[in-house]
Order: sequence, then structure tokens, then C-alpha cells
Amino acid sequence: MTQQFYVSPEQLMKDRADFARKGIARGRSVVVISCQDGIALVAENPSPSLHKIGEIYDKIAFAAVGKYNEFESLRQAGVRYADVRGYSYDREDVTARGLASVYAQSLGAVFTAEQKPFEVELAVAEVGPTPELDHLYRLTFDGSIADEHGFIVMGGQAERVSAVIAEGWRPSLRFAGAVRLATSGLSSGPDQAADQGEAGGTLPAKAVEVAVLDRQSETSRGFRRAFRRLNDVDITALLAEED
Amino acid sequence: MQETTANQVAGNATSSFTEHLQRDRPDLLPYNRAMPTAAAAAPLQVPHATTIVAMSYGGGVLMAGDRRATMGNVIASRHIEKVFPADRYSVLGIAGTAGIAIDLTRLFQVELEHYEKIEGTLLSLDGKANRLGAMIRGNLPMALQGLAVVPLFAGFDTIAGVGRLFSYDVTGGRYEEREHHTVGSGSVFARGALKKLWRPNLAEAEAVAVAVESLYDAADDDSATGGPDPVRQLWPVVYTVNRDGARRIPESELAAVAGRIIEARSAERREA
Repeated sequence: MTQQFYVSPEQLMKDRADFARKGIARGRSVVVISCQDGIALVAENPSPSLHKIGEIYDKIAFAAVGKYNEFESLRQAGVRYADVRGYSYDREDVTARGLASVYAQSLGAVFTAEQKPFEVELAVAEVGPTPELDHLYRLTFDGSIADEHGFIVMGGQAERVSAVIAEGWRPSLRFAGAVRLATSGLSSGPDQAADQGEAGGTLPAKAVEVAVLDRQSETSRGFRRAFRRLNDVDITALLAEED
Repeated sequence: MQETTANQVAGNATSSFTEHLQRDRPDLLPYNRAMPTAAAAAPLQVPHATTIVAMSYGGGVLMAGDRRATMGNVIASRHIEKVFPADRYSVLGIAGTAGIAIDLTRLFQVELEHYEKIEGTLLSLDGKANRLGAMIRGNLPMALQGLAVVPLFAGFDTIAGVGRLFSYDVTGGRYEEREHHTVGSGSVFARGALKKLWRPNLAEAEAVAVAVESLYDAADDDSATGGPDPVRQLWPVVYTVNRDGARRIPESELAAVAGRIIEARSAERREA
């Protein structure tokens, strides 16, 4: 048997983190914006069936960037966790905080114990009765968890997109404004600008995946489940709407 | 023999909440409980839910249930609700042991929602009906000890564009019904009433009146079925399911319908 070379823990962790970061940086970005009507989740995703955004529970949604198989398994685990908890206690007892902490623990465990870390970054969003009571959690590949206010941007061009969103974000935005802001942020990247001529333009409805958590789903739609996925027609209509 | 990773992953992939519970948390299932054999000798005194009626009408299906639960000769509850929305396009009604039935209903609701969230699409109506049958079969050991649950399932088949009805037996057998069906202790009387009152392509409002009247007849002859209660302002629970989804008929509407039936019957001054 060959003797293994000694690698310091610092170096090991750094290598793993660099590996995960590289994987995530290759992906397209996702934006989660809390606004007056609820929470808008917008992803740059040309596939109409392989989703990056998903429903977890009544008021909770999930968004991810990175490797599809890895975040899909985390999404399914989250749905199972939420459904078991809601079934064994009560629907009200399922919270984004609980879910986010379970995600943080699993990501942390995979980062230290497995052959390779998950190349994913997650957002867990819970819509509250008022914008102040919305919860947005960002989870990174090593299990770190951050409680964000207002919006989350993840993925390849996170910094550039984030700058655009930070400039335009107000708590009084409606869904139309929030989705427009998100798409303009997503289309601010260098590749997109090159694709669509100068000024970046905005992404066509086909290239984005949009879902919302309605703040008033009980009164407006009669459903406890706040999650609503928008199709291309809805997105086009929403983007054409005036604020 | 060692299983390959791919096989393991495929084996573990399930969109069913019940399967997940069976594997990870069997203690949470409403059935699957070992019962002392002595229970078989003396049946437990537990609340029983009674009559449910369901029928098709022009554009959909309707399900209604009375509000009484009985425990032997005692009225256990006057307020119990026995018809529930299962998801956006289906409803189920339950007769039998109330405690287990309500838990089964909750499990079934989560089962459908879970599938929808994992798969991103609704289960087909036949798929839903089969899942419910499997759950009832799971409860068979309890049913043999006297704690049976018999549901009635109705939904709108969005692909075929029609409302459909399914009845079950305690072994989980699933039978598609046409026109109308009833379950529970007062079902015989309700069915008799439906045979005279029901006709094809009823309007929704007519169907609601037929359902309330058939429950009235069931309550007339079955002590375990509760009739409309104007003193406490209690009316049957009625759900309709059509292309737009499941809708609960509001109390005010039911109060008016029940009021008209009581009035007509009083005016006739008949004995039976």
C-alpha cells in the first residue's frame, strides 16, 4: 500500500471550497426578491421542465443554482421534510427557518464527509403576512447560512446582477416591477449583452423561469398554498404591465 | 448480492408520501399499528361517521355528508365534517371509524400534494383513486377488528373532461360508479331517495337540493344520520367539483335549500 501524502486541513477545505465555487460560477444566476405582493423568484433557465425553482410548502419556496442532480435531491428532501413535519404536527409548524437549518446541516455534512462537496447554492424563501415578516435564507455549499433582507442573488454573475438589483430594489415594488428588475439584472451579464446587442436588453420570457409566493393567496385565490409558477404568457403579460 | 448504486437510487426514488412514511416513519401511519387481540372480542366504543352521498350532474360531480357521528346509541358529535377536498380537482367522503378516517383523509391529502410537488404535475384521477384504494387496503387488519373505514371518492378528470365517482370496500377494492352512490349507515335510505330524485344532467343548484333531500330521507329513517338542524343552524357539508375545481357550497345557500325542503315536507303533512 502506498503512503498517503499529508494535506493540512486548511488546504483540504480550501481545495474543496474552490472546487465548489468553480462549479457554481459556471451556472446561470437566480434572483429572489421580496416585494409588496409577495416574493418573486426569477431564474435564467431555458428549460421549461427542469426547474431551478420549486414549491416546498404552503408559504415556502426553494431556488437553487449549480448541479441539477444535487439540488434536485435537496429539493425533494426538503419537500419530504416539510410534508412529514406538517403531517405529524400541523401545517403551521413548518417554517423556513427549520428547513434552512436542516439544509445547512446536510450541506455541511456533505462538505466535510463526502468525496466531493455539493456544487450548489440554495435560497429558501418564506412569505409572511407583511414584507417585514418575509424570511429569505441563503445557503452555500459548505453549509453556511445567511439571513438576507430584501433580495438574494446567486450563481455565476452574482456580483454584477446583485449591483443592478440593489440599485432598483424598493420594498414597495409590485410583482411586475420585481420581475422586471430581476430580468434586467439577469440580462446585465457580459454574454447576454453580447447576444442581444448594446444596453443588454431584457431576457425573453422563454429564457426565464418565474414563480411567485403570493402574500394574500387565501383571499386572492382561495388557496393556502402561496406558490404559483408563471408560464410564458403570464410572464410576458406581467412584464408588459405598468407599475 | 451487492446492489449497485444506480439500483439503490432508483429503488429509493419515490413520489409517494405513504411509501416514504412506510420506510422512514412507519409510526406515523394511521394503520400499521399492532392491536391487542382482546379488542376483537369486544369492539371498541369509538365515534362512527355515517352517511355520504355522491352524484354526477351536468358538468361535474357533487358530494354531500351529514354532520353526525355516533358512538353506540350516543351522538358523539353534531358538527363533524366528513367530506373533504382531497386536492384542487377531487373530494372524498368517509364513513366508518371517525378517528382513523380523518387521519386517512389527512394522509391522502398530503399524498396528493406531495406527488404534485415532487413530480411537478397532478396525479391522474385514476392514479388518485388507486392510491386511496391502497390506503384502505393498508387499514384491513384494523377493519377486521371492527375499525373499518369506507370512503367515497369523486373527482373531475381534467383529461377526459368529465366528473367521475369511485366507491371502495374494506379490502381496498375500487369500483367506478355511474350516476350516483351512497355509503354509510343511512346509505340504503339515501340511495332510495336518489333513485327517485336524481336524473341525468341536473343543474348544480338542483343537484345540491337533491343531495340535501336524500340526506334528509336518510336522517328520517336512520338514527345515526343527522338531518338539517335549524335550531343549531347546522347543514350538511356539500362540495361540487367541476372544470374549475372543487368548491364548498356556502352555508347560506344550504340553509335556504334545507329550509325549502323542511317547508315542503311540513306543508304536505304526511306521516312517512
